[in-house]
Amino acid sequence: MMVLENRIAGMWKNRYFPLTLSFLIFFLNSSHAQTSILNSGIHGNFQFDGQLYRPDSLIGSPDVPEDFLNNGYANLIYEKENFAAGIRYENYLNPLLGFDRRFKGTGITYRFFTYKKDNLQVTIGNNYEQFGSGLVLRAYEERSLGLDNAIDGIKVKFQPLPGVYLKGIVGRQRDFFSLGEGIVRAIDGEWNLNESIKAMNEAKTKWTIGGSFVSKYQEDQDPVFILPKNVAAGAARINIINGGFNFYGEYAYKVNDPGMVNNYIYKTGEALLLQGTYTVKGFGLTLGAKRIDNMNFRSDRTATGNQLFVNYLPALTKNHTNMLAAFYPYATQPNGEMALQAEVFFNSKAGTWLGGKFGTDFTINYSRAQAIKKVSTNDDFGYSSPFFEVGDEIFFEDFNFEINKKISKKVRAILSYVYINYNRDVIEGRDGFGHIYYHVPMLEVIYKIKTGKAIRTELQHLFTDQDQRNWAMALVEFTIAPKWSFAIFDMYNYGNKTPEKQIHYFNTNIGYTFNSSRISVAYGRQRAGILCVGGVCRNVPAANGLSLSITSSF
Amino acid sequence: MKKTFSLIFLAIVLISSNAFATAPEESRPVPEVSIKTIKGENFKTSALNNEGKVMIIDFWATWCKPCIEELNAIHENYMEWQKETGVKLVTISLDDARTMQRVAPFVNGRGWNFENYIDPNGDFRRAMNVNMPPHTFVVDPKGNIVWQHVGFAEGNEEELFQVIKNVSQGKTPEGK
Repeated sequence: MMVLENRIAGMWKNRYFPLTLSFLIFFLNSSHAQTSILNSGIHGNFQFDGQLYRPDSLIGSPDVPEDFLNNGYANLIYEKENFAAGIRYENYLNPLLGFDRRFKGTGITYRFFTYKKDNLQVTIGNNYEQFGSGLVLRAYEERSLGLDNAIDGIKVKFQPLPGVYLKGIVGRQRDFFSLGEGIVRAIDGEWNLNESIKAMNEAKTKWTIGGSFVSKYQEDQDPVFILPKNVAAGAARINIINGGFNFYGEYAYKVNDPGMVNNYIYKTGEALLLQGTYTVKGFGLTLGAKRIDNMNFRSDRTATGNQLFVNYLPALTKNHTNMLAAFYPYATQPNGEMALQAEVFFNSKAGTWLGGKFGTDFTINYSRAQAIKKVSTNDDFGYSSPFFEVGDEIFFEDFNFEINKKISKKVRAILSYVYINYNRDVIEGRDGFGHIYYHVPMLEVIYKIKTGKAIRTELQHLFTDQDQRNWAMALVEFTIAPKWSFAIFDMYNYGNKTPEKQIHYFNTNIGYTFNSSRISVAYGRQRAGILCVGGVCRNVPAANGLSLSITSSF
Repeated sequence: MKKTFSLIFLAIVLISSNAFATAPEESRPVPEVSIKTIKGENFKTSALNNEGKVMIIDFWATWCKPCIEELNAIHENYMEWQKETGVKLVTISLDDARTMQRVAPFVNGRGWNFENYIDPNGDFRRAMNVNMPPHTFVVDPKGNIVWQHVGFAEGNEEELFQVIKNVSQGKTPEGK
C-alpha cells in the first residue's frame, strides 16, 4: 500500500503526469460522445522539426554526436465564454543546429489564464504584448529564431471610456527554461479621438495618440561600476489617417542603461520612427524613416544574442524570401543607425498595355541604412551624436523590383531583381571583410497542367566578386492539390575561388498536407548562413542530412 | 508553480470534457481578441461576420509567398464565388511593426477586394493556433469554425470553393 501511495505521489511530482491524464480523460470523454475536437472548447497546435545529420566536411558542417536533433512544440488552449487558459510544452532533445544549446531539455514554457469582464481583461502567466511599434516594449515569440521573450507576470487591459485603451504589465521575461533576473514594469495608454469625441465620430480625419512608460529593475552587483538598478524608457506616438493617407510617428527615449551590448556606456538612448503611406485601389506607396541611437534595451544588462529583449527595433528593409536574395540579410543595429525606405505597389489592369490580357502587379522597393554621426567624448557617456547628422558608413542598401504577371489561364510568371550592398563587418560584427555587393535576377514560372496539378520552377543567379562569389540556383516543384508537393532544387557555388569549394547544395523535399496538418521530409545540404525575421537574426550552420517536419492544428 | 497550473488545467479539462459530452453539436466560435483594421483602429474579432453567410478567414503576411499566391488565386475567382455563395474573405495579416505599414498599400496595390485586418501582437494567431501562414479557416453561417487548411498549392482554391459551397448549403465541409 505504502509503495502504491509513493508511486502515486511520485506520479504527481512528475509535472507532465497531470497533463497526460488530462489528455486521456478528455479523449476518452470526447470519443465516447463522438464529438470532434473542433466541437469542444479545447484546441491547439503542434510542431515538430527533427533532423538526422550526416557529417559533411566539404561544407564545414559541425559534428553532431547525437546524430539526431529535434525541436518540438505543442500548444493547448481552452476557451469558454469570457475565460481562456493555455499551455505550451517545448521539447529540444537536443536543440537543432543553430539554436542556442541552452534550450536543451523539455518543459512547460508558457502557461496563462485570462478572463474578461466588462471593460477589463486580466491575464496571469506568460504574456505577449506590444506597445505602439515596439520601440520600448515588445514581448513576442519567433520560433524560427529561438526567440521568446514572453513576460511572466500579470497583465491588465482596461477600457475606461470609448476610444481609451489602457494596459499595464509587470513580470519577468523568459530566458530559455527559466526567467531573466530583471523585472519589467510597463504601462501604455492609447486614445482614439474619433471613437471618444462624439463630434469627431464621423470626421474624415482619424486621430490616435498614445504613450508608454517602461521600467526595468535589476540589482547591481558589479564590484567596479555603479550601475543604474532602475532603467526607464518612454515613448509617444501619433497616427493620423485621412482617406488613403496614413501617417504614423513614434519617438522613444531611454535613460542611461550601461550594458554588454553598448559596452557599458552611460549615454541615454533614443529612437524615432516615421512612416507614411498613400493608397488607392490599384496603387500603394510607403515611405519610412528611422533613427536609432543606443536603444538596446534588455531586462538583463549582461544579455546578448536574442535573449531578454524588452523592446523591438524594426529593420526598415525588405524581408527577402527568395533563396539567393536572402543570403546576406540585414540586422538592425541597436547602437545606432539611420534608415530610409520607399516602396511602390501598382497593378496594371487587364486589357491595358502594361497589364496585358490578365493584369500585372509591380513592386519597386529601395532602402538604405547608414551610421549615425558619433563624436567620441572620452567620458562615461562614450560619444555624442547630433540628431540630424548622418554618419559616413553605409550599413546596407537594397534596390529591388518585382513584376508578377499572369500570362495565360495556365501560366503565371514572376520576374524580379535585387541589388544589395551589405556591410559585413558591421552586420556580422567582424573585422576586415568589408562590403559584399551582389545582384540577383530571378524568374519564377507557375504552370497549371490541369485541375489541381501544377509545376513551379525558379531560376536564380547571384553575381558578386566578394565572399563565395557567384551562385546559381534552380528549383522544380510539382504539386497535386490539395495534398502533395514534390520539390527538388540545387544551389551551386560554381564561382568559388577555391575549386574544391565549388559545391552543389542539392535538396529534395516531399510534403503531404491534409487539412490543417502537414508532414514534410527533406534531404540535402543546407548552406551556412543567417536567418532573419524582422531584423532579428540567428546563424544557421551548414548541415547535411534528412529532416522531418510535422505541423498540425486542431 | 508549474504543478499548480497543470492541476488547474486538469480541473478545467475534467469539467469541460464532461460538459461537452452532453453537447456534441456545439462548434467552436471565432475567439474574441483585439486586432487592428488596416486603418489602425482597434477591432474585436468576435465582430467578424458575414450576415448569415459563409466567411473565410485567411492568415497571411506580406513576406509569405504562398500566401500571396493563394490570395491571388482567390482574387481571380472571388466575384464568381461571391455571386454563387455570398462568401466573404477576411484577411488577417501577421506582419509586425516592421512591415505592417506595407499591408494597406500592398492589398490595394494588388487590387484585392477583401476585408483586411492586421494582428501585430499575434493574439489572434495564437487564439486560432496558426503555426505558419497561409492558414485558411471556413466559418459557417452560424459563426462557427468548421474547416481549416494549411499551406497553398496551385489548385487548392478549387477545394476551398467546394467546401464553401457545401457549407453554404448547410452540409458538412465534406458535403455530407
